[in-house]
Amino acid sequence: MTGIEAQVQQPYKYGFVTDIESDVVPAGLNEDVVRLISAKKGEPAWMVDWRLKAYRNWLKMEEPHWPNVQYGPIDYQAISYYAAPKKLPKLDSLDQVDPKLVATFAKLGIPIEEQKRLTGVAVDAVFDSVSVATTFQAELAKFGVIFCPISEAIRKHPELVQKYLGTVVPYNDNFFAALNSAVYTDGSFVYVPKGVRCPMELSTYFRINASATGQFERTLIIADEGSHVSYLEGCSAPMRDENQLHAAVVELVALDNATIKYSTIQNWYPGDDEGKGGIYNFVTKRGKAAGKNSKISWTQVETGSAITWKYPGCILQGDNSIGEFYSVAVTSRKQQADTGTKMIHLGKNTRSTIVSKGISAGRGQNTYRGLVKIMKGAEGARNYSQCDSMLIGDKCGAHTFPYIDVRNNSAIMEHEASTSKIGEDQIFYLRQRGLSAEDAVSMIVNGFCKEVFKELPMEFAVEATRLLGISLEGSVG
Amino acid sequence: MLAVKGLRVSVAGTEILRGVDLTVKAGEVHAIMGPNGSGKSTLTQALAGHPAYTVTAGTATYDGKDLFALKPEERAREGVFLAFQYPVEIRGITNSYFLRSAVNAVRKHRGQEELDPLDFLQVLEAKLKEIGWDDTLMNRPVNEGFSGGEKKRNEILQLAVLEPRLALLDETDSGLDIDALKTVANAVNKLRAPDRSFVIVTHYQRLLNFITPDVVHVLADGRIVKSGGPELAHELEAKGYDWLRTGALVS
Repeated sequence: MTGIEAQVQQPYKYGFVTDIESDVVPAGLNEDVVRLISAKKGEPAWMVDWRLKAYRNWLKMEEPHWPNVQYGPIDYQAISYYAAPKKLPKLDSLDQVDPKLVATFAKLGIPIEEQKRLTGVAVDAVFDSVSVATTFQAELAKFGVIFCPISEAIRKHPELVQKYLGTVVPYNDNFFAALNSAVYTDGSFVYVPKGVRCPMELSTYFRINASATGQFERTLIIADEGSHVSYLEGCSAPMRDENQLHAAVVELVALDNATIKYSTIQNWYPGDDEGKGGIYNFVTKRGKAAGKNSKISWTQVETGSAITWKYPGCILQGDNSIGEFYSVAVTSRKQQADTGTKMIHLGKNTRSTIVSKGISAGRGQNTYRGLVKIMKGAEGARNYSQCDSMLIGDKCGAHTFPYIDVRNNSAIMEHEASTSKIGEDQIFYLRQRGLSAEDAVSMIVNGFCKEVFKELPMEFAVEATRLLGISLEGSVG
Repeated sequence: MLAVKGLRVSVAGTEILRGVDLTVKAGEVHAIMGPNGSGKSTLTQALAGHPAYTVTAGTATYDGKDLFALKPEERAREGVFLAFQYPVEIRGITNSYFLRSAVNAVRKHRGQEELDPLDFLQVLEAKLKEIGWDDTLMNRPVNEGFSGGEKKRNEILQLAVLEPRLALLDETDSGLDIDALKTVANAVNKLRAPDRSFVIVTHYQRLLNFITPDVVHVLADGRIVKSGGPELAHELEAKGYDWLRTGALVS
């Protein structure tokens, strides 16, 4: 390993396990397990039926093997589909959260106690299969903003959930989305009413703790006409030799003149240097810019997981709607990532922007896969795509698969791609100016990712740069 | 300031410098001239500590310290500056941020307080005024899209701001038109100081029309074959290098 490679392979800092009594459903999946999960959540009949429909569809589907990643067979009967701490607080009473949980999230930098909360950021903290705390709910309610665990939304706002759930990612969309629809446990629900600009950042932090379990969360965000919301998710998991499955679904709906900005800082356990252990992050994320002049913007910083398989996309249905995808994906150790986006242009004058930065180090394999589809009615559609890859060391790989499908001749498409390698000469130049080798790599990587980091909310840009072991100032200087 | 003795340097197993002796006193300007492939750039890279240049024999004492025992960044913080022949580009990082990081690395090393962006701007403006330049390069990414002349000018600007004690200039004149050459030379002249020494590597004599060196050395086949005053440069311009190469072999 060269000095440069060592810089990007820092030890995983969030690999601890919380010793807490948990209620874990025995491993295995069948209709009874689906019913059991639904019963534990106290769900209405329509929800159970929807889950069962998804489960029956899933049985007929096959796990996709087209991504450019390699892994052994997953035994879906060996996974437990529900795990929750036994002592759960009563609703709306944050003071009763188990101190062990409070300590766990504090250690992850997510304070959920009243007095220590992040100012300006509301947090929903999800531990294994359940949400354990959601801050600032009352404050947000003053503005009519609903921010709560999705299980709570099903009980309290069934009309909204029923109206939108599965409208962007249907229960039979793909193998992992179908599995999620059958067994999803928690996740966040957001509704921003007409004309409201959500007064604070909303965020969810997902923590996997129990072993031999999977996490299947589902997030649904609805921005009503003329509203605006910025949402961020973060995540981490203990270091274990086994692989754990995380199959989430995220659905976004933006109505006329609404904007949703969705940011992800993904830091699941990536496995060790030999590729043992780590999270399989098989996720379906999609937003529908349903209304005219609506906008959906995805920003992701993917540093964790043994394998990442996700393509946050936008369906640009409304005329003049905008879709954006800004991504930094880092693969080091033996990590594999096959990630990118789908931009489906349906409405007139729809615009999409894709900026993807892939960084490969160690024996990491990084694949960008993106689809830009301009449908027949999408008169005057435009897309700009930029895919840059950076290689650190000579045992890693970068791959790019851009798919373009244009069915309207008025479309304007631009695609730029580049591959670069951090070289000895570049590092030496910076060291000759007094920077340490470590700071030199940081600065180069930071500059490479600048166009993506500047899209992150300020608080999280700090987190993202820190995650890459790099200083923030370079991206704002 | 700098005493190099018996320096031998290899690159990828090939010996380039084959016993170089060089002594530079504080405040002096030394010019190293010589034909292509004689080892001029190798000398500056080795002194600055490029990892691809392996020192196989010899010593270099800088300010009483064993230069080769220091990492490249430590040499830089101690006041050794190399103006590169081919400065690299750093995407997404502005020149001003880069330069401030470098200045702060040096200040930290000296136990001085680091400069915030506003303080740094003042230091920078004062320096620009001193050498008579504007700040058009400062908000652009480091060397990205710079012309050849801009890149060289940027190196000299860094030199001015970092205030080194030993400045190594590696073919700073190459690729410059006459106006750019004058601009760069004038700045270097303004930066000459009693406690700052320069080692200027150049292929042509023309830079020395504007910067008058104290000593001129001729490097050929990995050794310094002749040293003299500024008049040696003119002699070389007239006669070329071949007469010295033959002489080196005979001696």
